Amino acid sequence: MSHFLTPVFAPGFFASEAVHIALGVGTLVAIVTGAVGVFTVMRGQAFAGEAFGDIGTTGGSGAFLVGVGPLWGFVIGNLLAAGAMETIGIQRTRGRDLATGIVLGASIGLAALFLYLYTASHSTTGETVTILFGSAFAIASSTFPLIALLSLLALAITITLYRPLLLATVSPEMAAARGIPVRMIGILYLIALALAAALAAITIGSILGTALLVGPAASALRLTKRPLVAMLTAAGIGIGAMWLGIVLAYDSYEWPPSGHGWPISFFVVTLVFILYLASGLPERRHRRRGDSPEQARPALDIVHESQ
Amino acid sequence: MVNAWVLASIVAVVAGVVGFFTVLRGSAFAAHAIPNGSFAGAAGASLIGVSALLGLGVFSLAGALTIGLLGRRGRHDVATALALVMMLGLGALFLSFSTEYAPAVYSLLFGEVLGIASNEIAPTAILGLLCIAAIAVLYRPLMLSSVLPEVGEAHGISGFRMEMLFLAVLALATAMTVPVVGTLLIFSLMIGAPAAARSFTDRPLVAMALSIAFALVIVWIAIAASYETNYPVGFFVGSASAVSYALGRGWAAWSQRARRDEGTVAATTATGSLPS
Repeated sequence: MSHFLTPVFAPGFFASEAVHIALGVGTLVAIVTGAVGVFTVMRGQAFAGEAFGDIGTTGGSGAFLVGVGPLWGFVIGNLLAAGAMETIGIQRTRGRDLATGIVLGASIGLAALFLYLYTASHSTTGETVTILFGSAFAIASSTFPLIALLSLLALAITITLYRPLLLATVSPEMAAARGIPVRMIGILYLIALALAAALAAITIGSILGTALLVGPAASALRLTKRPLVAMLTAAGIGIGAMWLGIVLAYDSYEWPPSGHGWPISFFVVTLVFILYLASGLPERRHRRRGDSPEQARPALDIVHESQ
Repeated sequence: MVNAWVLASIVAVVAGVVGFFTVLRGSAFAAHAIPNGSFAGAAGASLIGVSALLGLGVFSLAGALTIGLLGRRGRHDVATALALVMMLGLGALFLSFSTEYAPAVYSLLFGEVLGIASNEIAPTAILGLLCIAAIAVLYRPLMLSSVLPEVGEAHGISGFRMEMLFLAVLALATAMTVPVVGTLLIFSLMIGAPAAARSFTDRPLVAMALSIAFALVIVWIAIAASYETNYPVGFFVGSASAVSYALGRGWAAWSQRARRDEGTVAATTATGSLPS
């Protein structure tokens, strides 16, 4: 490494095994959440995405209790929750938020019970924090292939469904008129979202999972109205935020209070938040100049693309 | 035990009242995000050595304002999610700075209702009264702006201002309830009971009264069950809320079917869609 880069990349950054894993996992998760997240934002399902992050912890704590790998707890818990949300009924947006809320509330209650039972039998509360906040990159490297496989599954569902999902999102009536099974598409997408959120929550923690699912996608959709471009942009933003966050977290070992680094999640979330604020600036400038309203354009673009 | 009973009842009344508007306005996500994110305030308060209640209050208010302001431009659920993760990110930072805090996280998240001292009742009661007074003062404009936003605007009721005021009340309710039932569970109390109540009646005041009654019953059952079994109170609040919502939905479906059977002849001449 050249000398002028040392202030940015602290010594040993590129040699650290933990950094390699973090960069790899972070990239994979950013790509999947970027692609899945664009539809999450367009469909107004950010709450469901957030809820899956939390519900995953219920599954995770349940898995701790019965002694199986937490990954299966996260995945199975989220798939069950997706089924429950769908059963309660999510036709209208308002009712959908309510269904999400009910399932989330019940599941958090269960998490409280699982954690209580776990701490009662193991007398430790460290697990609480680990499960709830995701100890970013503290999972066994042997489960990575499985995680990669499930991530690709979520990505594959989203890409396979791309066209019908897009039409069902933008104009459910038109989609139904063309014979697209709108409800079935919605369920399949919910499954993809549940999978993506579970994997994000277990690899990088539920805070970061939500941040990467919603933030980059929302920023990208403010910059471009084309969903495919938005997916790529979102993945790019997510990867950038992840990498910069990891670099800063590595550097922060030198910062006060000395002895331990600042959490990666703090850096990444802050970057994602700032990028979202910044992505609103061009749009605002347009508005001030009195350009034609942007609202009419996205629907047009999307209909063109789906034909 | 008596302290817990009194305090939890105050919390239930406030959750029933504020929750009614939460469900009516479809603000379930905000009701989840504000309490959940505000715990970062408690972590920060313990770090700099001030009262946890102050930290909770400051963070829940800041979170509510962020959601309201960001939600004005752009999607509301995106704004809520980002405000939440930002607060949680700060919480993670605060937690990483202090080493002794970890065990206290559990009680802040899930509530410590059985370990309440009697001197905690007065501040909670005052904050609760403030919340209910605010809702009472705002009742008419808030109702109009929640149900018919356009008509509200025509009457000079700014939807944005109502949203900000309501979120501020939500933040206040959060700050007072979090130390009692925990950040995560206040949410199910605020959603389950009012959502169930709305299935039973369309009249707002009756629904609000029912919502308070449900919340009280849920909390009482939860405390009694928690006292008996020693399981966390949050588990019982969460499941009882879900059960009450299921009962409400069941009742709504049953009464709708009964009504449909009665009015088959009348319905065929009408639009064909039942009012929901």
